Amino acid sequence: MALVVRRPQLKWWEKIYLPVIAKGLVITMRHFIRTLTGRTKVTMQYPEEKWNDQLPEHYRGAPALVTDEQDRERCVACQLCEFICPPRAITIIPEEIPSEDKWAKVEKRPLAFNIDMIRCIYCGLCEEVCPEQAIFLRKDYAITGESRAEMVHDKARLYEVGGRRVGLVNKWNDLK
Amino acid sequence: MDFIALAISAVKIVGLVFLVIMPMVAYAVWAERRVSALIQDRVGPNRVGFQGLLQPVADGLKFILKEDFTPKNVRTGYYWLAPALTMVPALLTCAVLPFGSQLFGEPMVIANLNAGPLFIFAIASLSVYGIVLAGWASNSKYPFLGGVRSTSQMISYEISLGLSIIPVLMILGDLNLGRMVQDQSVNGWLMLPLWGDRFSLKGLLLLVPVVISFVVFTVSMFAETNRLPFDLPECETELVAGYHTEYSSMKFALFFLGEYAAMIIGSGLAVTLFFGGWSLPFGWLSWDGKADIPWWQGLIHMATFFGKVVVFILFFIWVRWSLPRFRFDQLMRLGWVFFFEIAVINIILTAGIMMLVK
Amino acid sequence: MADDLVNVQIDGTWHQFPKGTRMIEACRQAGVEVPHYCYHPKLSSPGNCRMCLVEMGMPPRPKPGEELARDEDGRLPIQWMPRPVIACANTVSENLGIRTESALTKSCREGVMELLLINHPLDCPICDQAGECRLQEFSVEHGTGGSRFREDKVKKPKNVDIGPRVRLDDERCIMCSRCIRFTAEVADDPVLGFTERGSHTTLAVHPGRRLENNYSLNTVDICPVGALTSTDFRFQMRVWFLKETESICTGCGRGCNTEVSSREGSILRQTPRENNEVNSTWMCDQGRLDFHYVNSEARLTQPLLKGSEGHRAVSWEIAVKTLADKLAGFESSKIAIIASARLTNEDLYLVRRLAQQLGVKELDVIARFGEDDGYLVAADRNPNSRGAVLVLGLDSDPGSRISGIRRDIESGKIAALLAIGEDLTSPEGGFSPALLSQLEFLGQIHHTANATADAAVVVLPGATSFEKSGSMVNVTGRLQRLAPVVPLPGEAREDWLILRDLLQALDGGNGAGSSDEVFTLLAHEVSAFEGRTLASISPLGEVLIETGETVPLLEREKGRIAKGEIVG
Ligand code: SF4
Ligand code: SF4
Ligand code: SF4
Ligand code: SF4
Ligand code: FES
Repeated sequence: MALVVRRPQLKWWEKIYLPVIAKGLVITMRHFIRTLTGRTKVTMQYPEEKWNDQLPEHYRGAPALVTDEQDRERCVACQLCEFICPPRAITIIPEEIPSEDKWAKVEKRPLAFNIDMIRCIYCGLCEEVCPEQAIFLRKDYAITGESRAEMVHDKARLYEVGGRRVGLVNKWNDLK
Repeated sequence: MDFIALAISAVKIVGLVFLVIMPMVAYAVWAERRVSALIQDRVGPNRVGFQGLLQPVADGLKFILKEDFTPKNVRTGYYWLAPALTMVPALLTCAVLPFGSQLFGEPMVIANLNAGPLFIFAIASLSVYGIVLAGWASNSKYPFLGGVRSTSQMISYEISLGLSIIPVLMILGDLNLGRMVQDQSVNGWLMLPLWGDRFSLKGLLLLVPVVISFVVFTVSMFAETNRLPFDLPECETELVAGYHTEYSSMKFALFFLGEYAAMIIGSGLAVTLFFGGWSLPFGWLSWDGKADIPWWQGLIHMATFFGKVVVFILFFIWVRWSLPRFRFDQLMRLGWVFFFEIAVINIILTAGIMMLVK
Repeated sequence: MADDLVNVQIDGTWHQFPKGTRMIEACRQAGVEVPHYCYHPKLSSPGNCRMCLVEMGMPPRPKPGEELARDEDGRLPIQWMPRPVIACANTVSENLGIRTESALTKSCREGVMELLLINHPLDCPICDQAGECRLQEFSVEHGTGGSRFREDKVKKPKNVDIGPRVRLDDERCIMCSRCIRFTAEVADDPVLGFTERGSHTTLAVHPGRRLENNYSLNTVDICPVGALTSTDFRFQMRVWFLKETESICTGCGRGCNTEVSSREGSILRQTPRENNEVNSTWMCDQGRLDFHYVNSEARLTQPLLKGSEGHRAVSWEIAVKTLADKLAGFESSKIAIIASARLTNEDLYLVRRLAQQLGVKELDVIARFGEDDGYLVAADRNPNSRGAVLVLGLDSDPGSRISGIRRDIESGKIAALLAIGEDLTSPEGGFSPALLSQLEFLGQIHHTANATADAAVVVLPGATSFEKSGSMVNVTGRLQRLAPVVPLPGEAREDWLILRDLLQALDGGNGAGSSDEVFTLLAHEVSAFEGRTLASISPLGEVLIETGETVPLLEREKGRIAKGEIVG
């Protein structure tokens, strides 16, 4: 059955639209005056005013890698974050941990771990998917650089930003 | 003698175009951005210079430095011609606008033509070629559609634009813009007939057709300058950027500036025809064009003119950020079915009033 | 109804199967996948993982003199057994019932999964098998998602070096014994076995022995978990990033069917693809690992022209033109062309056209021979000798004219030589650089820098067998298809394209726009190929000519199928 859409019957003064146009003009004028006189303030003047002290707990800034209490890099290069990352910002080259290394039993670690911060959309999926609790989104949001290359955070930079994080599940200990 | 007249003309042209119109265009853009921001509870450009006042300079610099990209399949000659063709008519029309009364004995108009409004319409209608050429020479579908839309829109609204000012010409009985203003200065503005000759029953009665005429004129002006709510040739929701989709750098800027220049000239014309041009209300410091006036009075008149233009431009901006865009069929209907008829009836109405009321 | 068909009810629907079909295969044919670990159709079935447990029912045994009532379809009622059976080792019989989704079956699977995972490490993030691990898959599909195990897990050796190409992680092993059976039954090199008992059972390699036979990497393929991993592929790439392309191995004349995995233009591994006419489900380690040269630094990426100061890169147009002009400048009797039996039929067809165009009589390929290992590796180490004979129309054995060509170069009878896809200075080629320097002109089309290219005036960069599409004929006369796996490096081009351009430059252009079109031209000219197109060759290949050769490994497999040892 055809569905009949009933359009409202417009009166003649509605049909010439002038009243609604006037109404619209009044509304925009009201906003104009309010903003001009400073009664409405929405925008924050960024470099002078910052949000830092009000960042919510769940704020998602730049992703970074962390080490555990024993300064072991938590990441085992499982590449799940590389897989999940929607804009494909992450590139990982895995390597085997050499047998003389203290953590040789972990077997695998990233040789290179790059996050292209021009691509990253701060979605936090990498943090969510990581089975080793190795990658976290930090509160840093002002990620700048003068070249594309500078905007690619390599492994060293990621650990520098991430630092050491304690109190997580420690899968690798003396027993294992 | 001739040489001096030429020199004075040149000074007036350069002064008006480069010292007044161009900066006004630049600042109209700035005003547009700031006002639209305020209307939308934002801030707008406020970083370059005090309150962002140097923003136009930065923008200009940016436009010049941007890569001037010419797509491969365009018809190059026309493609290059098009931006100039939109900018030039807009600037040409300002030749006949009286932007002041008199300064040091010189009438403040570049060309004191006896057919001012006709000249303006003649030249302004050329600007459509710029857009049509841009649309066609780009050799791309969206610009093409933009160009087609622009043509039909311009043709439609030129008619009501022309018809809408006939009552004004009938009332003032003159085609020289300078004398039209002098008349209004002494006898009362058409839209404010509260002093002089026009403060009479006839003058007040004539206010009815004048207001109608003003509304039709203003709306048609919006359509002629491709301003929202009639910016269908560049309607970005449907046509990417319409006729200038394929343009970049300074060529794009020329389109952009052409639109604003046309807007300024349109405002100037509206002010001249309906709001007494450079004259102050209630016959203050009025001038009938006969005796010379002191230079300070001339300056005040000029300031008055540009003040009125600025108010008009702000109105343009205000409307743009308040109204949604029309649909193309609505636009055509409005032009042909309403404005055309209203303008014609308005002429008869004016004639009737002028005949019957003494 | 044929006598040897029996009626079986699977999840409520009746099907017919030949007598003796394993229950697991019957279910598979009926479209029901029964999870399993230890069962492999090409190996014996010890039934030791218990993952394939299903609920089974049979008609009740009637009391003496009682006649069981049949329903309208003539089926007897089914009495379900209280205990489950393994589907991999039991065969179907008349009026049998199988339930693969019943509560009993489900609880069996949950139990088996929970027990398998008791000692299993939480290794998935570092385990190469993750993504193609049966344990992961069945854990998701049939597991409970939790463990009630509160003790310490049993520690077992990890990262054990059991052979040059295979690494063992005992903690991940689920004791399915597939690897043990493979080494014992197929590779005849029984070096693997279990030691200890119960939770402590450990897979180990026989003391003093190593898993180093030429088929060792097949254990990695069949290991359902990450216990056996390939040293070569270990930690290279997670499998979910890999793009699989079906192709064939060009290591020898067998032409084992393969699946080549690559990511972003580099090949990472090669695994066998089941083809019961060629390689069953196996392939040799040597062929499997023979792809690293594709990513090598020595690949030729630009056409080169030799000048006074060595080779310099030139454009394709110039290079092809130079080659054509040089060749055309010699009398046809002074030119020889040495092609390769590693080229595709399409490439070889254009070589034939080139020889015809130039009027060259001295045309041959380099032969390569080794020992038939009695499994898969064929004595003929060229992948397309049969094709070369057919397509080039050689009237003698491939390679038999080479020594003559060598002599003619020495005597100056041959002054110009074009080598296509072969390094003539290799041991099989047998040309010394000194001999090559006696030539007035030497041109080469090859994918990798080599000593012949050093001596050549014009060097054109060609494609490896992983970069071209085309067809080859294996030793048993089977026509099989190659598929491009990765894009060509630099400016290198597929060989048929180079040869086509060369032919065009010599004014004999054939206008072929793709290897498919070349194949069609070939099919018109060579009778054996008649009526075929490249696209119509099945992914498993098809018989082109009868050669009477057999595959030793397949023959043994057939024998075991006949004896009922394996399903096949
Ligand atoms: S936050 Fe999102 S986009 Fe950024 S690296 Fe992680 S997964 Fe990728
Ligand atoms: S950061 Fe986490 S998810 Fe990413 S590779 Fe490392 S362990 Fe895997
Ligand atoms: S064998 Fe499978 S379940 Fe075990 S660690 Fe490897 S991927 Fe995970
Ligand atoms: S190593 Fe793999 S194939 Fe061998 S018994 Fe263990 S799980 Fe099975
Ligand atoms: S598959 Fe049947 S017991 Fe392992």
